[in-house]
Amino acid sequence: MRVMVFVKATEDSEKGIAPTAETAAMFEAMGKFNEELVNAGVMLAGDGLKPSSAGKRIAFDGPGRSVIDGPFAETRELVAGFWLWEVKDMDEAVAWAKRCPNPMPGPSELEIRPLYEMDDLEEYLTPEATEIHDRNRDKLGGN
Amino acid sequence: MTAGETQQAIEATFRIERARLIAGLARIVRDVDRAEELAQDALVIALSEWPRTGVPANPGAWLMTAAKRRAIDAIRRDRMRTRKHAEIARELDGEVDDDAANVVEAVEAAVDDDPGDELLGLIFTACHPILSADARAALTLRVIGGLTTDEIARAFLTSEATIAQRIVRAKKTIGNAGLGFEVPRGGDRTARLASVLEVIYLIFNEGYAATAGDDLVRPDLCLEAQRLGRMLAGLMPGDSEVLGLLALMEIQASRLSARTGPDGAFVPLPEQNRARWDQLLIRRGLDALARAEALAKAPENQGPYAVQAALAACHARARNATDTDWPRIAALYDRLRAVMPSPVVELNRAVAHSMAFGPEAGLRLVDAMADAAMLRNYAPLPAARGDFLFRAGRLAEARAEFEAAARLTRNAREKAFLLARAEACG
Repeated sequence: MRVMVFVKATEDSEKGIAPTAETAAMFEAMGKFNEELVNAGVMLAGDGLKPSSAGKRIAFDGPGRSVIDGPFAETRELVAGFWLWEVKDMDEAVAWAKRCPNPMPGPSELEIRPLYEMDDLEEYLTPEATEIHDRNRDKLGGN
Repeated sequence: MTAGETQQAIEATFRIERARLIAGLARIVRDVDRAEELAQDALVIALSEWPRTGVPANPGAWLMTAAKRRAIDAIRRDRMRTRKHAEIARELDGEVDDDAANVVEAVEAAVDDDPGDELLGLIFTACHPILSADARAALTLRVIGGLTTDEIARAFLTSEATIAQRIVRAKKTIGNAGLGFEVPRGGDRTARLASVLEVIYLIFNEGYAATAGDDLVRPDLCLEAQRLGRMLAGLMPGDSEVLGLLALMEIQASRLSARTGPDGAFVPLPEQNRARWDQLLIRRGLDALARAEALAKAPENQGPYAVQAALAACHARARNATDTDWPRIAALYDRLRAVMPSPVVELNRAVAHSMAFGPEAGLRLVDAMADAAMLRNYAPLPAARGDFLFRAGRLAEARAEFEAAARLTRNAREKAFLLARAEACG
């Protein structure tokens, strides 16, 4: 199964990368952790995200679209980074997540969310909807 | 957390460490079976201690230390048991302490080895050419993949007893041969690596091509092979063929959900809904292929897996079947024929040339095949000839070929398809 692992933002991550010895040590520890993930065949993708001050939101309301510039409030709900893992089950994902070095100087949180697989969706989609969905996937995933 | 949840969490941690643990222990005790037992002992100790103490900061090292203590105890016990009375008397004078110290030293030294190297050593041992391909696959899935014998039996559609026996025999063969659980260096490294890659691809194909059973594909087995391939690419990032195999598997696996139709029937490549191809796997495959090609430096150095991955990539890059770069595929088959000659490759090469340069080109190659006799009962050969003739407008000859192909195939769906093509020749 595939899971997305979110690194939740903190006030520190929202300030950007601090040029401190702790940051350097964290990057090194994170590099080693990623290496372990890769060598175990678990990590498919992953990256860190810039603070929400560099981001934008697009709000939908019926036909209306409005663009909101960052930074955004409710820091704890923001994402500072992510991985995509391939694991056998949630227990394995949790076991890996526990050995992640703390990504932040203070308290922080990871969130693990399983992805919908094709089979999960097929139960709910009519053939017509599947076709449209496939087209969308193609456009979204195109390389 | 309930006791059950705690146990589950400990077992998940153990699963992550298991292969490395067995690898380290096998090098000390020179016995896969005992290494597996010792690892299991360490799990039992963890299950009794961790609920009290919490999971240690470095669970891998903790488990290794626990297993190592068990190993040392067992070695001491064995030595005591095999001694004769007179020797025991000498031991009482102090010799036993020296001996035990030596054992501990040897164990400590072995434990200090690079764990990645140990894991690689175990992979090479489980895939040693002295074992049959089936035995290699079963043992690799057991000790590296961590599958139970029951899971392996279900994957290979055979009985658990058969698999269990296959694994026991394989372990015994390894023990009798006195293998050192080391990564081969020098001369035989290439041959030994070929054996490892063969096993991983065999596991993948067992899932992808499903030679038996009701399901055309068994994705779990593909995933297991991909995981092994990714692991190997992490451990041997400088080997072109390791990355070539990974690229090949990632790209082929990207088509898994497009390969079977709603009725469970096989969907051939040109008719697949390409929107269903997994773009993440394609990207990973293309990345691995780029690395494989860079490592090979020149195209003529590329091995069979890198070339096959390049072929798979040609299809992966085409958004529609009509966009397929057939001249490039034809050129790649020319290369594959040089590094991996086989009648099937020859036939596929003829098909590629017919797509790139017209049906006459395909006919010329297929008629020039020196070892066509080996494919006398191979339905795809007359089917391909029939297709070339049909496209060249030689309908009567095409019809005869399609009918011959229909007689040869044992697959009912394929037979119907070929008879329909014969019918279309008028």
